[in-house]
Amino acid sequence: MADPMRIRAQAAGDKATVRVLMSHEMESGQRKDGTGKIIPAWHIQDVTATLNGKTVLTAEWGPAVSKNPFLQFTIKGAKAGDKVGIIWKDNKGDTRTDEATVS
Amino acid sequence: MQTRRETLKHSAAVASLLAASGLFPQYAQAFEKAAFEAKTINEAIKSMGGAVPVESKDVTITGPDIAENGAVVPFGASTSLPNVKRVLLLVEKNPSALVAMFNVSPDVEVNFATRSKMGQSSDVYAVAITNDGKAFFAKKEVKVTLGGCGG
Repeated sequence: MADPMRIRAQAAGDKATVRVLMSHEMESGQRKDGTGKIIPAWHIQDVTATLNGKTVLTAEWGPAVSKNPFLQFTIKGAKAGDKVGIIWKDNKGDTRTDEATVS
Repeated sequence: MQTRRETLKHSAAVASLLAASGLFPQYAQAFEKAAFEAKTINEAIKSMGGAVPVESKDVTITGPDIAENGAVVPFGASTSLPNVKRVLLLVEKNPSALVAMFNVSPDVEVNFATRSKMGQSSDVYAVAITNDGKAFFAKKEVKVTLGGCGG
């Protein structure tokens, strides 16, 4: 399916900054192909972030998020060794989960 | 022995509970679609549960003044307001104004960054919706030299 996400989670004090680079076309539904037909929208709709299995962030995205989406956020109370999980679901029903350890 | 009638009543009760809590996939899908299809900023904010937004110094939007590539414009949205339920990122002149919505939990800082497409030079808004339904925004004008929606 898609390439794995690149997740970097760095602890600083009692927080961890997480940066995720997801691999997804994020077709806006505005472009036309060679014959003039609209290329249908295909984009990540839901994103969930977990810390050691507990959901800490959910987000909903529209087609305007850039291709190969980038996301950065900060989790409170995370420390080195904790597991950060990112799950995305797109509007075709595909989904992907990746995990990283806080360093 | 449970009759068919009782089984049906039971599943109807469970289904209505699920729908009420927003877990019913069909219901959740419809909800977010309306917001992402809203054509104006205020409509999108309303379908995300916020009132008409008020400008606030406690909401911050960060981004470039000039975006060389409208397909990838980095933005940050944050706020120091308490009791924030969700944070929205909107580009006024995009075909659909709402770019992204983040649900805030007590486990994350209210500070998110992502990259968005911009069709043309436009105002970009970060909106914080609080638990009591009020909405506060900060906006920034971003000029785009090459539009990002495929022209």
